[in-house]
Amino acid sequence: MIWVNQIVQGVLLGGYYALIACGLSFMFGVMRLINLAHGSIAVMAAFALWMLSGRFQISPFAGLAVVLPLLAALGWVLQRAVLERSARGGALVPILSTFGLAIMIDNLLFQQFGADTRSLAPYLDTLSYDSWTITDDIYVGKLAAMIFAAAVVLLGGLQLFLSNTQLGRSIRATAADADTVGLIGINARRVNAAAAAIAMVTAGVAGAFLAMRATFNPYAGPLQLIFAFEAAVIGGAGSLWGTLGGGILLGVAQSVGAQINPQGFLIAGHLAFFLALFSRLYAGKAGIGRLPQRLRRLFA
Amino acid sequence: MSGPAATEAAPAVERWTPLSRISVVAAVAIIAALAFGPLVLNPDWVDKLTTLFIYVILAVMWNALAGYGGLVSIGQPAFFGLGAYAAVRLADAGVNVYLSLVAAALLVGLAARPISAFMLRLKAGEFAIGMWVVAELAHLLVNLDGLVQGETGTSLIAMTAYGAESRRAAVYWLALAAMAVLVGVVFVLLRSRTGAAIQAIRDDEDAAAAVGVRVLATKRLIFILAAAGTAMAGALWLATAISFQPKTYFGVQWTAYMIFMVLVGGLGTFEGPLLGAVIFFTIEAWFGGSGVWYLVGLGATALLFSLFLPRGIWGAVESRFPLRLLPVGYRLRGAPKSL
Repeated sequence: MIWVNQIVQGVLLGGYYALIACGLSFMFGVMRLINLAHGSIAVMAAFALWMLSGRFQISPFAGLAVVLPLLAALGWVLQRAVLERSARGGALVPILSTFGLAIMIDNLLFQQFGADTRSLAPYLDTLSYDSWTITDDIYVGKLAAMIFAAAVVLLGGLQLFLSNTQLGRSIRATAADADTVGLIGINARRVNAAAAAIAMVTAGVAGAFLAMRATFNPYAGPLQLIFAFEAAVIGGAGSLWGTLGGGILLGVAQSVGAQINPQGFLIAGHLAFFLALFSRLYAGKAGIGRLPQRLRRLFA
Repeated sequence: MSGPAATEAAPAVERWTPLSRISVVAAVAIIAALAFGPLVLNPDWVDKLTTLFIYVILAVMWNALAGYGGLVSIGQPAFFGLGAYAAVRLADAGVNVYLSLVAAALLVGLAARPISAFMLRLKAGEFAIGMWVVAELAHLLVNLDGLVQGETGTSLIAMTAYGAESRRAAVYWLALAAMAVLVGVVFVLLRSRTGAAIQAIRDDEDAAAAVGVRVLATKRLIFILAAAGTAMAGALWLATAISFQPKTYFGVQWTAYMIFMVLVGGLGTFEGPLLGAVIFFTIEAWFGGSGVWYLVGLGATALLFSLFLPRGIWGAVESRFPLRLLPVGYRLRGAPKSL
C-alpha cells in the first residue's frame, strides 16, 4: 500500500510539474526558443508573493492578482527587449542571453532576500496540511489536489484559448510561419510578445504553488527549469495534455525513487527523463523539437 | 577585372602573414618564459598563474564546443566535476597522484564517447539543458560514492605527501603543459582538414552536410575533446584546492564563468577565449570579493554581450582590422577590391 500512496503523491506532484512546464513548452512551440530563465522567474514570483504576505498581510491567492499582471508585463518586455533580439542572432544566442538573465535574477534575489529557505505555507492557514484520508495508508493533501486541479484547468483553458479566440488563432498561425502571417495582417511581434506574457503568467502560477507546497530559496530557479524541461520532454510535448502526462510520469518516478533510496528522488526523475528521451529518439521522433508541427496538427 | 592587370597581381591564398608569424613565435616564447615561473616568481603569483591557466583551458574548451561545434552546453561542469572525482578515485586506488590527474582527464574523455552518442542527437536549447541534466545526474551519482560522503566531500590526501613548495611548482608546470597542449591541439585541429569541416559546421550545419562534411563525427570529436579538456581543468583545480566537495565542482557557476570568458573574448574566434580568460582573471581579482554583485555583473555582461556583441571583443576587432594573430583560416591577398 505504501507504493500505491507514493504513486498517488507522484501523480499529484505531476500537476505542479505540468504547470511549470506548460509555459516553457508553449514558448518553445511559438517562438522556437527555450527560456533558461523560466525557473528563475517562477521563483521570483514566489518571492514577490512571500513579500506581499509577510509584509502586507495579503493572502498568497489575493497576491496573485497583483503579481500575475506584473509577470505578464515582464513577459512582454522580456520578449521585446531580449528574446526578439536574441532570436535574430541564431539558435545559440537565446540560450546565452537567457542563461545570463537567469544568473542575474538568481543572484539579485539572493542579494535582496538572503540565503534563507522560505515557504508560503505559514500564510495558508490549515490548507497546507489538511488532507482527505482515502485508506489507512493513502492520504490526499487538499493543497496537492488543488494544484493538480489548477493544472488541469490552466492547461484546458490554454487549449480552449488557442483554438477558440482570435489571439489564440494568431498565436498558432505565428508558430506555424512567422513570416507569412504578416501577409494576412497579423503582427507577429505583438503576437509573440503576447505569447511570452502568457508563458510568464503560467510561470507565476507555478511559482506560487511551488512556494505553497514546498520551500524555496533564491537559487531554486535552475532546478525548476530542469523539472519543467524534463516534464516537457517526457510528455513529448505533442500537446498541452502531453505535458500533463510528462509531469505525472516525472512526479511518479521521483516519488517512487524517493521510496527506494533517500537520494533517489532526483536521480529517478533524471533517469526517467533520459529513458523517455532516448526511447523517443530511437523511435525516430524528436522530443520537444516536434512541437510546432504537432501544435499545428493538433489544433488544425 | 580581366586582362593583363589581373594576371599581373594574381590573387594568392595565404594563411600566414608576417604579423601572425611573429605572434605565433611570441606565443611559444611566452609559454617558454612562463615555464620559469616557479623559479623566479613569488608563491602567490605562481598560484594565481596556475588559476589563469585553468581558466584558459576552460575557455578554450568551451569555445571549441560552442563557438566551433555550435554546441552550447550548460552542463560542462559535469566533466569538470567528473575529472576531479576520477582523480580522487585513481589516487585513492594507489596511482601516483600527478599521473592520476592526467589519467582522470583521459578516462572522462573515454566516458564522453557514449554520452555523445545520446546527447548529440539533441538540438540547440535541448542539448544545452540536456547537458545540464547530465551534470545534475553526475553530481548526484558521485554523491552516492561512500568515498565522497555526499556533500561533505573528501580530499586528495595523496597530494599532501609532497611538500607545499614542490607541490605548487609541480601543479603549475602541469597546468602550463596542459594548457599549452590543449590550446595547441585546438590550433592544429582547426588548421587541419577537420578544422575546415568544423568551421563549415559553425557557419552553416546544413550546408556543411550538403558538401559532404561528416557533421556528427566531427561534432563528436569536439565534444570528446572538450570533455577531456574540461576534466583536465577539474583535476588541476582539485590539485590546487586539495579538497573535493561535489557542490563546488559540479556547480553551474562554472558554466557562467565559461560563457563569460568566451562571450566577452569572442565566441567562435581562436584568440577570443584566450583574451576572455585574461579579462575574467583580472575582473575576478578586482571584484571577486564583492560576492553576489560580482555574479550579477557576470550574468549581466553575458546578457549584454550576447545581445549587442555576440562575437565578443576579438570578433569586433577582427571585423574592423585584418588582424589574424594565430591564423586558423585562410585569406585572400591581392584580390580585386570590387569583388
